[in-house]
Amino acid sequence: MADFLINSVGLPPWLAWTVVAGVAAFLILNVIAGGALVFIWAERKIAARIQDRLGPTRTGGRFGWLQSLADGIKLLAKEDLMPEGADGLLFRIAPYVSFCASFAAFIALPFAFDFVGQRLNVGVFFVVAVLGLEVFGVILAGYASASKWSLFGAMREAAQVVSYEVPLGMCVVVPVMLAGTMDLVTIAEKQAGWFTNWYLFHDPFTFVVFWVYVTCAVASVNRAPFDLAEAESELVAGFHTEYSGLRWSFFFMAEYGSMFLVSALAAVLFLGGWNGPVPVATLLGLSEGTGDTAHYFVRLIGCGNLLLKATLGVLVMMWIRWTLPRLRIDQVMTVCLKYCTPIAAVMFAGAMLWQLFLPGGLAPGLSRPAGEVREGWLPGPGGAARGSVGQAAEKTVAQVQP
Amino acid sequence: MSGMLGIGVAIAGPVFAAADGVSVAHYLVVGAILFTAGIVCMAVKRNALGVLMGIELVLNGANVNFIAFASPYLRGQGAVSLGIDGQVIALFVILLAAAEAAVALAITLNFYNNHSTVDVDRADDLKG
Amino acid sequence: MTGCLMLAAVNFHTLLFYLFALLACGFAVGVVVADNVVRMALYLVLSLGATAGLFFLAGAEFIGAMQLMIYVGGTLVLLVFGVMLTAQAPFVTIKTSPGDRVLAGVVAASLLALLLQAAFSVEAWRRPGLGEVAQPAATPIGVALVGVRVDEPPAGTPPGVRSGYLLPFEIVSIHLLVVLVGAAYLARAKRRRTQRAIDVAASVQSLVEPVVEVPRQARGSASALATGGTR
Repeated sequence: MADFLINSVGLPPWLAWTVVAGVAAFLILNVIAGGALVFIWAERKIAARIQDRLGPTRTGGRFGWLQSLADGIKLLAKEDLMPEGADGLLFRIAPYVSFCASFAAFIALPFAFDFVGQRLNVGVFFVVAVLGLEVFGVILAGYASASKWSLFGAMREAAQVVSYEVPLGMCVVVPVMLAGTMDLVTIAEKQAGWFTNWYLFHDPFTFVVFWVYVTCAVASVNRAPFDLAEAESELVAGFHTEYSGLRWSFFFMAEYGSMFLVSALAAVLFLGGWNGPVPVATLLGLSEGTGDTAHYFVRLIGCGNLLLKATLGVLVMMWIRWTLPRLRIDQVMTVCLKYCTPIAAVMFAGAMLWQLFLPGGLAPGLSRPAGEVREGWLPGPGGAARGSVGQAAEKTVAQVQP
Repeated sequence: MSGMLGIGVAIAGPVFAAADGVSVAHYLVVGAILFTAGIVCMAVKRNALGVLMGIELVLNGANVNFIAFASPYLRGQGAVSLGIDGQVIALFVILLAAAEAAVALAITLNFYNNHSTVDVDRADDLKG
Repeated sequence: MTGCLMLAAVNFHTLLFYLFALLACGFAVGVVVADNVVRMALYLVLSLGATAGLFFLAGAEFIGAMQLMIYVGGTLVLLVFGVMLTAQAPFVTIKTSPGDRVLAGVVAASLLALLLQAAFSVEAWRRPGLGEVAQPAATPIGVALVGVRVDEPPAGTPPGVRSGYLLPFEIVSIHLLVVLVGAAYLARAKRRRTQRAIDVAASVQSLVEPVVEVPRQARGSASALATGGTR
């Protein structure tokens, strides 16, 4: 898009890049905010149906479509309270820290082949790293509220998030190992084709790792059954007890944004990203190219695929929330340290051995050869040549991998 | 209004003047400031955790220096940089800083339990 | 205003460098200047986050992500936990005497002058750089940690001189294991024969309180019990 702006419209390059960055940020902000609106409505409806009642049915028609909008307007109009003993600067800055961490992780997430904020070579690593920064907002909120219940909730949540980063990291490393790169675009590209190419079905170890990832992701975003931090029946509302109005809504946008992010990450890593179960574009004869309207349309459909998969993930999280009872903090820690971490480690070893002895998978005919992938780093079709570094690395990598 | 414009020009001046690129010296200045701030923190703070924060700043200043030397994009055409070596050294510094912070915090916690204070000026049991 | 913006080419690399450098240095100075230990922790987090941005700008993407994950997301969370555990009212703000501060300021100024002079002394470091998009370094670093070097050596290096980083990698792994065990041992909950100083202080307070409450028995024994109980 920057090239279009520079060449056709005639803007100076720096202004074109600013516009591109602004458009990307605007789109991602809409995904988070709009998504939060839709998910809050969906949560209330799903919770209601699971609990054998109806949920919002009055605002905006029979299904209460506009309930989230009405809630948003109410929150905007609420009085902005701050507890007397609260540290002013920390109290005010905490929701924004949480929201910025959640928002920044979307930079590296690809929505389709060319629809990525910034194609980072260390995409997976960056996303997991930035997700771990959300805990600061929580701790600051808990401390700055000058209330011991908020502090308890914040400490519990921080301990939980930090502990679950370990098995989360190990689960995330398995698809990285299968793809050979941390670049999210390449990982999704390698799963193109039929749905049997998805890493979920690559080997039984990765299948188990996916479910461990789901557990760790749910714990990481503090959703039930791991939601002690906001345990309504115990801590009033945990770390955001003293927050009201727009500040509270920032925390909730951060939470729903994180839920969407970990679901989208699961979709990219395990479920093929923007590739649908049936490779329609390849079957129709559209070769993978760039710059054509048809390919843009294909990419839009891919983006829709990813949004659909991520939304399904979020709905499954809501389903789990309203079905399972809450875990105690010692049970949460036990699950993390005694179950998730060893299982993830053993599955990682298993996937490594599988990749060593059966690199082509059980049915080599169905998987897509690595040479066609548009890896931005190694020299190849569509990838920028990197000179001797790329060639030397490719030689070494080719020696290591059969 | 003219004051704001003056401030804007003063800030924008070096930005546009250095429009041809940032050099290693720029990064070294940042590293020096971080290092000095860390040293002052270690010397001045009475809170044991403040001293620990000074240590983290010192290590970060050193890391900024390593990354600056390791980057081939901060040097002019055809110059030689440390390359991967500098980045790996910075990596090890980060890892060891994490390890040292964990031990330092365990020591601080023990100190707090024994003296019911984190004031390092109270750690004078061995004073002659 | 927009006219002069359009004329002058804004180099984003330089602009972002100044932004991150100002944030990093500003918040580092904030750590020194702040008295409240919780605010010091917040400023340190922001300073190290801006340093990670500087790493990304210099082309070290992997190290930048490492800084965010390990340093900011791990070490600083640990530090903030420590701050929260010890941030009781008397310890949140501990002030230093002015004499110490002046002495530290003089030492710091001389050290900074020395370092700045050294930074600008070498001609090769003052030549501005290319400022282009970074060469990805994740694979060369990862492979170097296993012992194989795939990055191209600078001109004039004799072959076979450069080694991988397998030995330091293993040493650091064992080191981290030792630190894990050691820190867990140091910070364990100890069963003591003699009471901890904190508990002694707390029990002394609870003994003093009811004695003070006796003359005010008009308020009833319930209130005395309540104040004694919440100690």
